[in-house]
Amino acid sequence: MFRIVNKKELNSSVTLLEIEAPFVAKKAKAGQFIIFRVDDYSERVPLTIADYDREKGTVTIIFQKVGLSTNLLASKEVGDTIRDFVGPLGIATEYEGYKKVAVVGGGVGCAIAYPQAKALHELGVAVDVIAGFRNKDIVILEEEMKAVADNYYLMTDDGTKGEKGFVTDKLKALIEGGNQYDAVIAIGPIPMMKFVSLTTKPFGIKTIVSLNPIMIDGTGMCGGCRVTVGGKIKFACVDGPDFDGHEVDFDELMNRNSIYKEQEAEMAKTHICRMDKLAKELIH
Amino acid sequence: MANMSLEKIRMPEQAPDVRNKNFEEVALGYTKEMAMEEATRCLNCKHKPCVSGCPVNVRIPEFIAEIAKGDFMAAYKILTSTNALPAVCGRVCPQESQCESKCVRGIKGEPVAIGRLERFVADWYMANCDEMPEKPVQNGKKVAVIGSGPSSLTCASDLAKAGYAVTVFEAFHTAGGVLVYGIPEFRLPKAIVQKEIDKLAAMGVEVMTNMVIGKVLSIDEIIEDMGFDAVFIGTGAGLPSFMNIPGEALVGVYSANEYLTRINLMKAYLPDYDTPLRKSKAVAVVGGGNVAMDAARCAKRMGAEKVYIVYRRSEKEMPARLEEVHHAKEEGIEFHLLRNPVKILDDGKGQVCGIECLKMELGEPDASGRRSPVPIEGSNYVIDVDTVVMSIGTSPNPLIRSTTQGLEANRKGCLVVNEETNQTTREGVYAGGDAVTGAATVILAMGAGKKAAAAIDEYLKNK
Repeated sequence: MFRIVNKKELNSSVTLLEIEAPFVAKKAKAGQFIIFRVDDYSERVPLTIADYDREKGTVTIIFQKVGLSTNLLASKEVGDTIRDFVGPLGIATEYEGYKKVAVVGGGVGCAIAYPQAKALHELGVAVDVIAGFRNKDIVILEEEMKAVADNYYLMTDDGTKGEKGFVTDKLKALIEGGNQYDAVIAIGPIPMMKFVSLTTKPFGIKTIVSLNPIMIDGTGMCGGCRVTVGGKIKFACVDGPDFDGHEVDFDELMNRNSIYKEQEAEMAKTHICRMDKLAKELIH
Repeated sequence: MANMSLEKIRMPEQAPDVRNKNFEEVALGYTKEMAMEEATRCLNCKHKPCVSGCPVNVRIPEFIAEIAKGDFMAAYKILTSTNALPAVCGRVCPQESQCESKCVRGIKGEPVAIGRLERFVADWYMANCDEMPEKPVQNGKKVAVIGSGPSSLTCASDLAKAGYAVTVFEAFHTAGGVLVYGIPEFRLPKAIVQKEIDKLAAMGVEVMTNMVIGKVLSIDEIIEDMGFDAVFIGTGAGLPSFMNIPGEALVGVYSANEYLTRINLMKAYLPDYDTPLRKSKAVAVVGGGNVAMDAARCAKRMGAEKVYIVYRRSEKEMPARLEEVHHAKEEGIEFHLLRNPVKILDDGKGQVCGIECLKMELGEPDASGRRSPVPIEGSNYVIDVDTVVMSIGTSPNPLIRSTTQGLEANRKGCLVVNEETNQTTREGVYAGGDAVTGAATVILAMGAGKKAAAAIDEYLKNK
């Protein structure tokens, strides 16, 4: 069992949990992920590591409530435990030889873009952060990002905070404005990563995306997380989760991630019953 | 006087059209009377050909003689003197190609039902005695066992009995390896596997789940930082193969590993669990091994109306156990033999709507001695399915060998070991089971675990 030691609601749908997992904390690096399972009946769900504290033996995850498991996880409080927490999985992001990097985060993806920006900053790399959100209400990690970025650009779709527009607008402007990036790291919804990759391709800038497909074990055993990269089948869990954005078949990934959409909606109904049952058990 | 009946005593089973809708065990096991009667079919041959057919050399005629006498406890003791997991082996071993293939009674008529008798004894013990073993006196040395499938469980059990402090590291959230994620409940109830793991715990074995060795800890850290005196790698062959044909990335294409893991380990068949699985009407399972039979029979139980096995050779070459093929047919699985998939068809929305196959004919025998299939040009046809399960084999996972210096593997990714001791190319590091042989059987993996445990004991005694 893994104990929750800290919890923060970053916005109405995004939650931060700091979880005691000393073995994971000892080895974790930016870009790697964990798989959690809330209780004996839950799915195994991968989440990229947002932060870690080797001395305290804790790992921080930031996630959006999108389905059954993430809602169940978000219902847990400090002091509660979750059943399973395994990692660090996947290959850590490599930063060798970079002088200047643009880190692009979209929505809850900023939670994973942040440790990348922080790691680069600590290595003495110049970091420009472009963070995009739908509106001002869901902006997360603004202060944290500013603390590690040389320049921080906030974009909202509706212009309620920062500049109005998409992250790709800003990225393109910065590149055309003469910024020489050795790499662009883009983390967010699949369409965002796709369009960031399309934006950088004409300029020939290396673009790294972090993929989060459906998976079970995280060790290369189920093949559920397979993605086509450069025309070849790759397993995101062991070959990634970082891949060259110019090579990823994003449309296929989007299609594959939709496999359980209908069932999830159906299960959400029955699941509420289970949550009620759990709540009643806690009260009695 | 021996019972000269030419046929085995039949084992009661759930009726095919009942069992293909539930996950309860298919075969129900012998009663005492049935077991005792079947046991009298054994001629107690002096040269014991059956024993030579068993990878762990179970003392077969001896335990059967005790059943015939009605002393099941004595039978159990003989059985478990060489086999740590009789309830498992009695259910999943391919007896027809091992012990029973050597049985003299099989020359004319059916061989003695050794597997069924083994299962009977193990089940009888569990139902009537069920004593937990005691923790042996500790010798102060520590051994790490990586993985918790059949080879690891056997190795851990033998080492624990010899007084070693054993820690089992399992990547998944539940121990048991392929016995829990792969083999379905209706063939091997998970309570049986759990009981074996509980026995290990009673002997002082610590099982650490959620530990992906090669990631969270390296073999070197296990030895140097955690102070383990030896390591056994029993990580199996878990990496799924795909055919590399068009359409394999469509929604509705699973590896058998994923499909079976969702159903068996993650219990997609029970309503209390959150595990999603595609609601399939028609499923094609590609492959002819036990795993393919398991996947097909699971698909039927999950509610698919049509389930097909698509296999590129003929039934004779199928690697699956006879009993599994027989059970699958009874349950309504349709076999498309000498058929090879060339393409999985897209419904236009990124989902599977069919599988295009090519008819094959048998040519000359290949390296494995099986006649290799040759495609018949222009014989393409389509089977309408909404789900495809690829069950064409697995290979060992590279996570450990890629993070451990000096651990050699062959070009198939199998760890290289000394055949006498099962030691890898690293001193103090042993390996066995599918991680060494590639995908094989439970009993071979157990034999390797046993051999390695003896070699580890020898090595640590002299260290």
